[in-house]
Amino acid sequence: MSLLTVDELTVTFGGRGRKESRAVDGVSFEVDQGQVVGLVGESGCGKSVTSLALMGLLPDKGVTVGGRAEFDGTDLFTMNPSARRDLRGSKMAMIFQDPLSSLNPVVPIGVQVTEILERHRGMKGEAARKEAAHLLDRVGIPDPTRRLKEYPHQLSGGMRQRALIAMAVACAPSLLIADEPTTALDVTIQAQILELLKELVDQEGTALLMITHDLGVVAGICDQVNVLYAGKAVESAGRRELFAHPTHPYTHGLLGSIPRLDAPRGESLKPIRGSINDRVAWADGCAFAPRCDRYEMGCLTGTPQLAEPRAAGHQVRCVNPVLDDAKAEEVPA
Amino acid sequence: MSLLELDGVKVHFPIKKGVLFDRTVGHVYAVDGVSLKVEAGETYGLVGESGCGKTTLGRSVLRLVDITEGSVVLDGTDLAKLPNEEMRRFRRRLQMVFQDPLGSLNPRQNIESILSEGMVAHGIGKNQEERREKIKAILERVGLPSNALARYPHEFSGGQRQRIGIARALVLEPDVIICDEPVSALDVSIQAQVVNLLEELQEELGLTYLVIAHDLAVVRHISDVIGVMYLGSLVEEAPSDTLYAEPKHPYTKALMSAVPVPDPEVEDRRERILLTGDLPSPANPPTGCRFHTRCPWAQAEKCATERPELKDVGGGHRVACHYTAEIASGELAPTRPTGIEAVTETEDALVKPAEGEAEVPAALLPADSTTKPDAPAVKEKVPAAAETPGDPAADAVAKDQDAATPEASGKGPAGTD
Ligand SMILES: Nc1ncnc2c1ncn2[C@@H]1O[C@H](COP(=O)(O)OP(=O)(O)OP(=O)(O)O)[C@@H](O)[C@H]1O
Ligand SMILES: Nc1ncnc2c1ncn2[C@@H]1O[C@H](COP(=O)(O)OP(=O)(O)OP(=O)(O)O)[C@@H](O)[C@H]1O
Ligand code: SF4
Ligand code: SF4
Ligand SMILES: [Mg+2]
Ligand SMILES: [Mg+2]
Repeated sequence: MSLLTVDELTVTFGGRGRKESRAVDGVSFEVDQGQVVGLVGESGCGKSVTSLALMGLLPDKGVTVGGRAEFDGTDLFTMNPSARRDLRGSKMAMIFQDPLSSLNPVVPIGVQVTEILERHRGMKGEAARKEAAHLLDRVGIPDPTRRLKEYPHQLSGGMRQRALIAMAVACAPSLLIADEPTTALDVTIQAQILELLKELVDQEGTALLMITHDLGVVAGICDQVNVLYAGKAVESAGRRELFAHPTHPYTHGLLGSIPRLDAPRGESLKPIRGSINDRVAWADGCAFAPRCDRYEMGCLTGTPQLAEPRAAGHQVRCVNPVLDDAKAEEVPA
Repeated sequence: MSLLELDGVKVHFPIKKGVLFDRTVGHVYAVDGVSLKVEAGETYGLVGESGCGKTTLGRSVLRLVDITEGSVVLDGTDLAKLPNEEMRRFRRRLQMVFQDPLGSLNPRQNIESILSEGMVAHGIGKNQEERREKIKAILERVGLPSNALARYPHEFSGGQRQRIGIARALVLEPDVIICDEPVSALDVSIQAQVVNLLEELQEELGLTYLVIAHDLAVVRHISDVIGVMYLGSLVEEAPSDTLYAEPKHPYTKALMSAVPVPDPEVEDRRERILLTGDLPSPANPPTGCRFHTRCPWAQAEKCATERPELKDVGGGHRVACHYTAEIASGELAPTRPTGIEAVTETEDALVKPAEGEAEVPAALLPADSTTKPDAPAVKEKVPAAAETPGDPAADAVAKDQDAATPEASGKGPAGTD
């Protein structure tokens, strides 16, 4: 059984007078121990809201969460709030995009780390301080004992993200959710952080739910990938399968839009037309239809369902998927 | 002669202290001696990490910041020495497109008013009728609906706003457009639209671009020539294809190896040169080669003492490193010992763990440090050598300036709620 099973997750904002908007519209995926699962998609497609729903960090009012999420055999959405709080930060932890806003600016790093150890692992005093230093060392922060006394603003962006990772792994979580953990960082620092995350997964068997808009990051770290569009998964596959045979027109379009460092020059990009604002409600048909080159009549008669038109385990939500493999030839050696 | 020539451009920002007297206690060496040439009709791409001085260099060309030293010659005229009044006239020929389209458009002005403003200032168009006609034509060209004229910036999507920014530059018929991170705030599908638009406009109108961006893949895609900046100076410059095929400067090599490619086959095979540490502070740059504190090939001789000049190595390829030839030939191996072999290894390192992996503590990944030399670059799971403590005082990269406005409340890190 999977460590985390998400089944038809929906998140709806508004209601009670305000117009309802569905940010997450029936997303299902599983994460196994030691596995890296990616949620990828453009701004506003529901990546962060999905992770906040799983962590139980959405506001209490004005939000309705539907569907099921089972973590380690327990239903997250029906468990009692205090048990859920205990889970959060111990067995399930999260790293946010902006390390600065997720650290308390007026409390030294050391206190922030030891607090977690005190709360979740019952450690005290010197033992907690020692363990905190060990954790900073573990994530590659030099001179950890001195760093513990420093405030977040005294650390560089990359080091703050390491500190956050240290806090997230303080209780050896079995699931780590990382929401754009490297988006705010320079590319050389991003490479360091990604290596660190990979190492945690390999050595500790931590499961990682990796949220990113960067398909390059996905290609490097994720085992399984879910591409989201307007709150729904439109394509899910293993990483090699997905990149070798992108089958949903949106995934196909995304890959054609990205300039690759290793692509021959002079090849022009093939953008997707329009923007995310041009969409239809999933209830009426394919949300991507107004931007899709492969649109046909059937696309707007009800929600397209996930199917496996190409390979077992490679799910695609499209009535006219891309099944020829022209794309595979373009991959340079 | 090139259309735009920068020679020895320096921009040093004074660091002031004191309440009554503004004492200058030091300088931020944001741009520290950059010479480059931009050819008419071509695109020069400037890349480098946050805080390396890209934006400041772009602004110096427009004289939006004071040039401490050096010259900026546009079409034979040295802008650095021009009196303000004349500079104002020259500004029409040099336009800038900004990263944050919303932040650079006045929310209370409609599109017609935003686009007319510059035209009025530079005396383009006899009357508003004439200006409106021209604006309409350009809006259509950049792919905006004609009813855009009377609308306000917030009514447009991010990609559309960037088109407005481009239209605002175009109505003035500039020779050179400086694009500062023109697509980095946009979603990838929209990025491609804007990149293509810039390319088409260049072809049609013969525009010259100076494109500033941190995304090397985007820069490589649109540039004819690329300059790589590190801590205020160029470390390497080459035609786009040459730079990709044969990066010579250690920093360029590291930067390229860090750029993720959306292809698992490539990602799994790649030799990643992981740099340790962050950019040192431009207020207190390292001596000698500014990269020596992080350079995997740094040598005991010269690197820490002599500043390498940007030297032509043939084929329009310029490199600022004392050991360019020796590194290219493989004669010099990376100097930082542990695990560095892995950097030049290929598949082998992936299948069998590098030697010594067992004895080294698992967690010693390369660390962020600041100005001190520290652990060597490593790749994959090969542990680095022991680190040297970093210098905490030296964080002045642009990102860290955000430190002034942290969201104090809000979400704590996971687990502290
Ligand atoms: N508190 C909220 N109230 C109302 N709508 C919200 C709220 N939070 C998010 N949304 C909406 O939900 C949708 C999904 O947002 P989400 O933050 O998950 O996007 P994302 O995929 O993480 O995008 P990004 O890449 O920009 O971070 C968006 O349309 C957003 O406007
Ligand atoms: N007006 C100013 N006064 C003082 N220092 C400045 C000023 N403008 C920029 N700096 C500093 O100069 C250095 C270079 O900044 P610049 O904005 O040019 O970098 P950049 O390469 O554009 O970075 P980014 O990729 O983050 O935009 C930074 O250390 C920055 O803090
Ligand atoms: S269902 Fe139709 S509109 Fe939607 S992605 Fe597939 S082909 Fe395009
Ligand atoms: S001069 Fe020395 S430190 Fe600088 S890049 Fe070359 S080898 Fe490295
Ligand atoms: Mg998000
Ligand atoms: Mg900048």
